[in-house]
Amino acid sequence: MTSSREFRSQEIYVNMGPQHPSTHGVLRLMLRTDGEIVSDVAPMIGYLHRCAEKYGESGTYQMMIPYTDRMDYLAGMNCNWAYCLAVEKLGNVVVPERAEYIRILVGELNRIASHLIAFGTYGLDLGAFTPFFYALDEREKILDLFEMVCGARLTYSYFRIGGVAADLPEGWVKRCHEFIDFFRKRIDEFNELLTYNYIFIRRTANIGVIPANMAVDYGCTGPVLRGSGMRRDTRVDEPYGLYPRLRFHIPIGMGEKGSVGDCWDRYMVRIREMEQSCDIIKQVLKSMPEKGDVRAKVPKAFKPPKGEVYVRSESSKGELGFYLISDGTDRPYRVKARSPSLSNLCVLPAISDGMMIADLVATLGSLDIVMGEIDR
Amino acid sequence: MQIQELFEALKKKFGDQVLELATPASGEPSVTVSAQAVQEVALFCREDSSLEFDQLMCLSGVDYPPEHLAVVYHLHSSTKHHRLVLKAMVPRQEPKLPTVSRVWRTANWHEREAYDLFGIVFTGHANLRRILLPQDWVGYPLRKDYVFPTEYRGIKCHD
Amino acid sequence: MVTMPILENRFEENVVFSTVDEMINWCRLSSIWPMTFGLACCAIEMMAVGAGQYDLDRFGAGAFRATPRQSDLMIVAGTVTYKMAIRIKRLYEQMPEPKFVMALGVCASAGGPYYEHGYHVLKGVDKIIPVDIYVPGCPPRPEALFDGLLKLQEKIRHQKVLRRLTPQEKSVIDETTRKYELETQKLTPLPKEYQV
Ligand code: SF4
Repeated sequence: MTSSREFRSQEIYVNMGPQHPSTHGVLRLMLRTDGEIVSDVAPMIGYLHRCAEKYGESGTYQMMIPYTDRMDYLAGMNCNWAYCLAVEKLGNVVVPERAEYIRILVGELNRIASHLIAFGTYGLDLGAFTPFFYALDEREKILDLFEMVCGARLTYSYFRIGGVAADLPEGWVKRCHEFIDFFRKRIDEFNELLTYNYIFIRRTANIGVIPANMAVDYGCTGPVLRGSGMRRDTRVDEPYGLYPRLRFHIPIGMGEKGSVGDCWDRYMVRIREMEQSCDIIKQVLKSMPEKGDVRAKVPKAFKPPKGEVYVRSESSKGELGFYLISDGTDRPYRVKARSPSLSNLCVLPAISDGMMIADLVATLGSLDIVMGEIDR
Repeated sequence: MQIQELFEALKKKFGDQVLELATPASGEPSVTVSAQAVQEVALFCREDSSLEFDQLMCLSGVDYPPEHLAVVYHLHSSTKHHRLVLKAMVPRQEPKLPTVSRVWRTANWHEREAYDLFGIVFTGHANLRRILLPQDWVGYPLRKDYVFPTEYRGIKCHD
Repeated sequence: MVTMPILENRFEENVVFSTVDEMINWCRLSSIWPMTFGLACCAIEMMAVGAGQYDLDRFGAGAFRATPRQSDLMIVAGTVTYKMAIRIKRLYEQMPEPKFVMALGVCASAGGPYYEHGYHVLKGVDKIIPVDIYVPGCPPRPEALFDGLLKLQEKIRHQKVLRRLTPQEKSVIDETTRKYELETQKLTPLPKEYQV
């Protein structure tokens, strides 16, 4: 990279997005480039600012749940969960055991679905078309499972304050079992297809390296932080739900193909997390009580006492936090969502100096951002 | 460390600048500091060996009409495993306080967002512009008395 | 020559009579190229439609183009904000005629869940560009998108391509031709060495 910098020609500004196939939605990047070499990147966001926080203040506590779906629309269940956790902590609601297990089930399934999209579109970004079809094929199966529990494919609103909307339908557990057994083997196929592909490794290893201290400083979380070799996961550090009862690994980037914290590491963390999620689901299916309540009694006009909480949880992109202030009425005084993608994206200018444009696309894809969550 | 100890530690270092410890009936306790001292307090929180708050989890603006706007900092230490909620109140007429974006880099975009939606001015911030809304937007939408626009660049907002 | 094993040698050589209109419309409707234009949640559904299980290619509309200049159909999939609206208008203007717009989801149709307090959400993309097909749903199921597409094909099937010019249009065209001819006459001829 340094050698090519000696031959400077004229620098130009290139506008990438908001309508660009590899910016994952409506992100706009302003690049300063010298030929193919990028010398500066300025991400511009806000093209999908949908005023979710205003909605949080304008309705009752329950009315916010559908809007959390639409924040991170790839992992709607996880967003529902984070919000419900915050409200439950504020109002001291105890969730029945079976509901907690169901939450983990759908949460982890959604994590797999989200990582599948990340996997598929990452292939697309780098010019591999086939993985996309493989990934979406599996994702459809997960969506079928979700459709059975709540009737929706994308925007679920399945969580309620104090539990979930309805119990699992008949035959769901069996189908879930079948899916997990099938999917575990499928991951190996993914690896053959993309992960250990020579071209893929050359395009991702040693590209976009984020050192661990930089990742912490910029507030990166989730697979991005773990890809840099930090073993941090809210599910373990500040466990919520019934996660303490489950045994699972936290995969981290180890620099197998390049250096720690490169694109390949981040990508691989996601693949390994899918495996871990499969294990979690298996454990839950085994230890879940057969029957039981799935929803605590919460009054329609739910009024938590005065106070405020910040609750974080691990969504598929990283630490998703909700900051809620209650003034004692049935409407939140303030709802603030701390979205993982926002912090994960803001590291991009710091690491992109001297990169090729094609590598910038690879780096951006490996951060796995969702614009709905960044702009809210 | 517990919140009480954290409060004492801050009080010892900063004296009058640390105003109060609020422990509401439900939810998390928070420490209010004077707005002008925010940067030093933040730096102390990050650097002091017994605190080590290396993570700024969240930075939010809150509107308390008719007098105040607040900025709330949620800190977490990944080595010591404790957390702290810092609050700073600024008057609504002149909402100004020093930036912490040099202490934690992640604060950069969060502060821009608070500026965008609440109009809180962070002095010393390198690039304090609107981040979510267009540059020519009028008003600060998350303030409680925000009036919705009727028109934006010739596009009618409601039928 | 393309061979079709199933159909080969089954028919005698023949000629199909049709009108030019029908022919052109048939060509147009069976190769609608949409633009890759994901805005929000609905775009994920659009991606799913493009993938294996639903397979938009069956309707000849699977060739997603990344640039407006190559596409016929703009599927506005997602919430349109004011910041984005200005871009959308420009993208629409960059598309070549004939162009069609599908508003996918209630957000693009009318503001949807963000109607009431969405200070930054455009209440329906039809406020800035003309829309041919509205597909309701939040997000619409893939089948709904297909339905919208079939409706659009139906619309194209009944379009008139060839028609007599109205006197106004005729006069405009005549005028431009005349001007053009005048201009070309005024041009100085190329130097000798460049003349073919
Ligand atoms: S219609 Fe629903 S799913 Fe589609 S963009 Fe709007 S909120 Fe998202």
